[in-house]
Amino acid sequence: MKKRYFMEGLKSGLPICLGYFSVSIAFGMMAIHLKRPIGEAVLISLTNLTSAGQFAGLKIIGNRGGLIEVFLSTLIINARYFLMSLSISQKLAPKTKWYEKLLIAYGITDEIFAISMSQTRALTFSYMMGVIVISVFGWVSGTFVGGIASSLLPVSVMDAFGIALYGMFIAIVIPAIKKNRNNRIAVMIALVLSTFFYFSSWLSEGWSIIVITVGVSALMAWLCPIDQKEEAFVDGLEGNAGDDDHDVRDPA
Amino acid sequence: MAWKEMLVMMITTYVIRLSPFVLFRKKIKNRFIQSFLYYVPYVVLSAMTFPAILFSTSSKISALLGTGVAIVLAYEEKSLIVVALGAAIGAWFGGLF
Repeated sequence: MKKRYFMEGLKSGLPICLGYFSVSIAFGMMAIHLKRPIGEAVLISLTNLTSAGQFAGLKIIGNRGGLIEVFLSTLIINARYFLMSLSISQKLAPKTKWYEKLLIAYGITDEIFAISMSQTRALTFSYMMGVIVISVFGWVSGTFVGGIASSLLPVSVMDAFGIALYGMFIAIVIPAIKKNRNNRIAVMIALVLSTFFYFSSWLSEGWSIIVITVGVSALMAWLCPIDQKEEAFVDGLEGNAGDDDHDVRDPA
Repeated sequence: MAWKEMLVMMITTYVIRLSPFVLFRKKIKNRFIQSFLYYVPYVVLSAMTFPAILFSTSSKISALLGTGVAIVLAYEEKSLIVVALGAAIGAWFGGLF
């Protein structure tokens, strides 16, 4: 572990930490809203370190869904990390040890990926640990604060916060559909199907999300595949790199 | 606590993140898979948000107002936290009626 690289990582990660803290407050509140214990939410934040994925998982737990439902939704929502891990694994300093890779893999998120890819040098274990440690701290402590605040705030305020995390999702989707026609089509189809499944009550909410995600993403990938150039791949990831905070994307 | 579910979430997520380090040395070239993964975040967030957002607070007016505020702020490309808080404030205000 090189202290200098670690400190550099902490510095790169500070904006991520702040963004995560403010967003995970909403996750902690959501947990209390779903009548789940704070400890559970904090542990999920610590062991998952994902936004949409753990939100969906917690919701299924809250609605007493099955294990397969939890497994499939986690798998599908988080599948994008596969590509990010792939890119990062190719940018690691050549002498990175196998057990160091085990730790780095834990901390691959949209934002950490974006920051890492913006580095001009190869990624060292120390640097990655700096970014990951400070980001995890923001994510976990925010969840805790959100959970505590929920039990202290009046019901009317708590009730209003039930909508906060959805607001965050809207903040990710709308800019993306503004600038890209294919995204617009994908989102429109998803909204129509989601409304249909919601009111037809053929499927539970968790299953409906899984079916829609696989179906619509596959359909769009078939009809409107993205450009295969390297840029398209990075653009795509940048498009959703704002999963937790818009501003942490541009460290420069 | 839902230990089994939590364990499933943790292991699934970790295996997704770890497997490229273990399995691959080269980039995935398959255009379909690349495109599929590109669309997943937008589709999943849309499906999770709507229509569930309309029932996320105790009254229709509250949810509608919160949703409206979020859409306007998001269209103006405000940061995630501003949009999230705006939605909550809108919903709280709507709840007064």
